[in-house]
Amino acid sequence: MNNPFALSWNLPQPADFRARVSAMLKTESPEAAEVQRLAAFDLDLTGLEALRKLVSAKREWLAGQTGLTPFRLGIVSSHTVDYLAQALPGTALRHGLLLDVVMAEFGQAAQQLLDRDSEFGRAQLDAILIALDYRALGLSNPRLTALDAESALDAAISYAAGLAEGVRSTIGTCCVLQTLVPPAESLFGSFDTQFPGSVRAMIERFNHRVFLEVARDTDLIMDTASLASLTGLSVWNDARDWHKAKLPAAMDAMPLYAEHVCRVLAAARGRSRKCLVLDLDNTLWGGVIGDDGLNGIRLGQGSSTGEAHLALQRYALALRQRGIVLAVCSKNDEANARLPFREHPEMLLREEHIAVFVANWEDKANNIREIAATLNIGTDALVFVDDNPVERALVREILPEVAVPELSEDPADYVGILSRAGYFEAVGLSNEDLSRADYYGTNAERASLKKIGNLEDYMASLEMVAIVMPFDAVGRVRITQLINKSNQFNLTTRRYSESEIARFETDPGKFCVQIRLADRFGDNGMISVVIYDRAELEWSCDTWLMSCRVLGRRVEELVLAHVAAAARSAGALRLTGTYLPTKKNSLVADHFAKLGFTKISDLTGGGTEWALNLAEYQPPNLPISVLYSSSAVESAPQPLPV
Amino acid sequence: MTREEAAARLIAIMRDVFDEDDLQYDDSLTADDVDGWDSLSHVRFLVAVEKEFSFRFTSGEIDGLKNIGEALNIIVRRASQ
Repeated sequence: MNNPFALSWNLPQPADFRARVSAMLKTESPEAAEVQRLAAFDLDLTGLEALRKLVSAKREWLAGQTGLTPFRLGIVSSHTVDYLAQALPGTALRHGLLLDVVMAEFGQAAQQLLDRDSEFGRAQLDAILIALDYRALGLSNPRLTALDAESALDAAISYAAGLAEGVRSTIGTCCVLQTLVPPAESLFGSFDTQFPGSVRAMIERFNHRVFLEVARDTDLIMDTASLASLTGLSVWNDARDWHKAKLPAAMDAMPLYAEHVCRVLAAARGRSRKCLVLDLDNTLWGGVIGDDGLNGIRLGQGSSTGEAHLALQRYALALRQRGIVLAVCSKNDEANARLPFREHPEMLLREEHIAVFVANWEDKANNIREIAATLNIGTDALVFVDDNPVERALVREILPEVAVPELSEDPADYVGILSRAGYFEAVGLSNEDLSRADYYGTNAERASLKKIGNLEDYMASLEMVAIVMPFDAVGRVRITQLINKSNQFNLTTRRYSESEIARFETDPGKFCVQIRLADRFGDNGMISVVIYDRAELEWSCDTWLMSCRVLGRRVEELVLAHVAAAARSAGALRLTGTYLPTKKNSLVADHFAKLGFTKISDLTGGGTEWALNLAEYQPPNLPISVLYSSSAVESAPQPLPV
Repeated sequence: MTREEAAARLIAIMRDVFDEDDLQYDDSLTADDVDGWDSLSHVRFLVAVEKEFSFRFTSGEIDGLKNIGEALNIIVRRASQ
């Protein structure tokens, strides 16, 4: 790796890049997908600036396209962030975000964040990045006594905490905190880490205290310190650029810096990837199973190639444990392809780890579409890893929304490339994440069981138990995830941040329900979220979504029964609901009709409005037993060991 | 590398960075003559030149730049070292 700032998992910026951007600028209505295709390269600052202009010229048009999530980011800083701001909108396209950046004037952080009537207060921002540099926090000079060091740190922490609190309470939006990047220079050498007043030690403690004393659950963290150390502090920090333009990092680092900021924002909006699709020959093992046979492929101990392929398996398995779904897509006879999974003693990945296993001779783009359909997720949630450049090019061409990392010739680099590409960025980890991979496993069992007997018997045999609860702090991370990720079974596709969800918990004008579903195969976790706006006579549905894992289990009927009972006892006469169509939610176009609602109007843009007269509503008999609860802790069933 | 060769590569960078397709090279060009040349794009320009010609301007060289001819002199001298 020559350039530590390169986004080397992306293809290099093509020579005709600027011409392609210019051509698109002249088009009335450029395809969002085509604009995103341009963002997929390893772009330099000039390329990103060209894209920023394109986004800004076509913003209104692009905002009307599906596939891009609008996001308004404010930045306050103690130094020059103009280049970061220039790099962000183009980078954001790569992550499915249509980003609008508002910058506070240099050194105006406090004025913007502590005044509700400031430009930031009025700008309706989705998040604010607080970009601080140690040189602006009084930490650039070593302190010779521990007491001085501590009071310098206290001052820096309380300043940062004040800004963060301004974002949360005065402005009322999501706060993005950064860790501080230490300088490359030392005062003593290794002794710096032991001497509390060295700049390095103070910054280390600041970063530690930010997590303990400043950050709240609803904040996001951009770990700039780790990013800088990944590239190397001696190149990330650039004294000349600091002196010339008060740049906190080398100019060349800006595209990578912007990439990491966008990953965090995209993860918060549920735009991270969800599934890793793996090729087999020369990807998961060395050699070709169909030619070399079980004893001929290189895997594990005894060869450096074999160790390298095993390392990729180990990494994939670790991803699976944190909730990433694994799939296989290989050009092979299926029996050959499955052989190592079943019989090779060194294989770490086994068939039970693979949610969808596709091995045939058809083209990979079709197979990848099939994998996404089987898993009920969009192709834009997939990462496809294949050592063969021809297959990579084909998939990129036909399915530009699938992430396809460029691999090096050496399998030893695979894990590093996949990790640096950051496709699976997360901003939290829920219990559902931890057991998701197993849900897909047990789902396969359910599918085979369904072939026996009739549907009614099958449903009864599932022994389903639903837990219906108001929103609470325990469920907040998962509720936010569902609200930002669910596309198919989602009536209105309204996205809310974690801090907004936190507010809804206590808002008397909202009736919010989270539903968990367990059955004899295991706990499905939280699978549905509903938000109703309550008025005296009429409750109207703001949000209704459900995980497609439990489609056809009559959960939506159960939810309606719960909402209807609550609305009735509050004295309401009817429930209303809206369906707002998107590219992905045609599944629920008839949702309200199926539940017995009557259509009251058609909206422009294809949406529909529905109403249900509560006096006429009869709750159905359902094959699900229900626990109502006001607390998640008492009643949440433990996931069964699988 | 001759001065003419360097000038041809330099003007290509300038067209790209300042987003001006019909820019023509002239030793006396300054930021005042080019619409897209402001303090922000100036730093991007210097970084693009450093990448193209594989050297790094010193702080003194950056401070002393008066027009594009001077930048070209530095490029020809530094790139041939």
